[in-house]
Amino acid sequence: METMILNAAAMERALTRIAHEIAERNENSAEVVLVGVHRGGVFLAHRLATVLSTIWPQPVPVGTMDVGMHRDDLDSQPAPKLQPTRIPFDITGKTVILVDDVLFSGRTTRAALDAMTDFGRPKRVQLAVLIDRGHRELPIKADFVGKNVPTAVNERINVRFREEDGADEVTLEKEAAP
Amino acid sequence: MTWNRKHLLDIQSLSAEEIMTVLDTALAFKAVGQRAIKKVPALRGKTVVNLFVEPSTRTRISFELAAQRLTADIINFSAEASSLKKGETLRDTARNLEALNADIIVMRHSASGAPHFLARFLRASVVNAGDGAHEHPTQALLDCFTIREKKGKIAGLNVTILGDILYSRVARSNIWALTKLGARVTLCGPATLVPKVFEQMGCRVTYNVDEAIKDADIINLLRIQHERQRKTMFPSIGEYASLFGLTKARLARTRPEALIMHPGPINRGVEIDSEIADSKRSVILDQVTNGLAVRMAVLFLVNGGKGPQEVAA
Repeated sequence: METMILNAAAMERALTRIAHEIAERNENSAEVVLVGVHRGGVFLAHRLATVLSTIWPQPVPVGTMDVGMHRDDLDSQPAPKLQPTRIPFDITGKTVILVDDVLFSGRTTRAALDAMTDFGRPKRVQLAVLIDRGHRELPIKADFVGKNVPTAVNERINVRFREEDGADEVTLEKEAAP
Repeated sequence: MTWNRKHLLDIQSLSAEEIMTVLDTALAFKAVGQRAIKKVPALRGKTVVNLFVEPSTRTRISFELAAQRLTADIINFSAEASSLKKGETLRDTARNLEALNADIIVMRHSASGAPHFLARFLRASVVNAGDGAHEHPTQALLDCFTIREKKGKIAGLNVTILGDILYSRVARSNIWALTKLGARVTLCGPATLVPKVFEQMGCRVTYNVDEAIKDADIINLLRIQHERQRKTMFPSIGEYASLFGLTKARLARTRPEALIMHPGPINRGVEIDSEIADSKRSVILDQVTNGLAVRMAVLFLVNGGKGPQEVAA
């Protein structure tokens, strides 16, 4: 059974608010770059960049990152599907805003931070997520959150995007007892 | 799709989807090779053994660098300097390597089926780096990767493989891969080296070079494998070059967008004119670059844990 957490309009509003918070927190817009974590974070990073371009005088560079090669659980499951990581700009000295759809254990963020060190030394890294569902296993905290959603560990958050799934929505799925 | 194989033994047993999974994964690893820091920690703490019972330079170096870029430890084992020369069986050699906790064994052997044999009793993953005249799966995968990169697709293309087909594991693996992915494969060379029986693999066989290359999108040239031939299969190298070598005159009769491939090592002046090998039509060095990305992808995929284990029949 799926419960609606965010519909398309609510998702749009959350992203608009996050973009304004990013602009408020980062006075020097020229040093901000966005890096979206595959797959949901990539859609979100591009949408945030679109909103930010209406606030700031210049476009914000967007990179994409796949953390599959940096995961800490490669031994315990079949090899993950990989997408190329493309960061076609220098991140050294920049403020990198890492964008992901759901923050859960924090392990994806850890892998992303690890992967990022191969591309340069950012001045600072901030984390923007659409959903924070709790259950952190590492000392990681988001700087910008679309919505906090209390969940049970065995529940699922489904984030769907109009680019791939036809419509924007976030749902909470109760998993049947094992 | 999810990759669930413990070993990569051949192309014949792979589905088209599995081949595409390797190519898509290799795309991500090619991007790694283009950065300032060309290394990722995906195989950190793993041990890869290059068990090369038959000599090889380029494939061995490619696997070695692939393993290093994945942060694995790598041991090179070559037959000349090994206990195999002292009478140890292949099974015992492999068992000894496994006792050192090798996770992946990359194997080149002159006997067809040797990697399949190892895969039957080893806990480690086995990757076939060429077994006799049987298969050379990573070569076919890197050839497909290069074709897709240059042409944007594989299905519907005309691919001509020209040269020594009979003794070529590269040809066999390429035929399996290309036909599974929907390309039309034409084989050409001296009749003694291109038996008609290859038509059963879904290829066209012709002995007329101009006919073979006229409509080709890709022309893949193969070296004459003197080391594998038991007797002379054609009168002379000179005659081979004049009848089957890719000369400028022959190239002029191909489609202008047709690309030239070669698994290397090339013999300039025999199967290919020197100028053609260095021309814009040649993607021979792209194949070498892509080979590294494809081998990183293969090591990454077979390292994935806990899927249903594929064991050779």
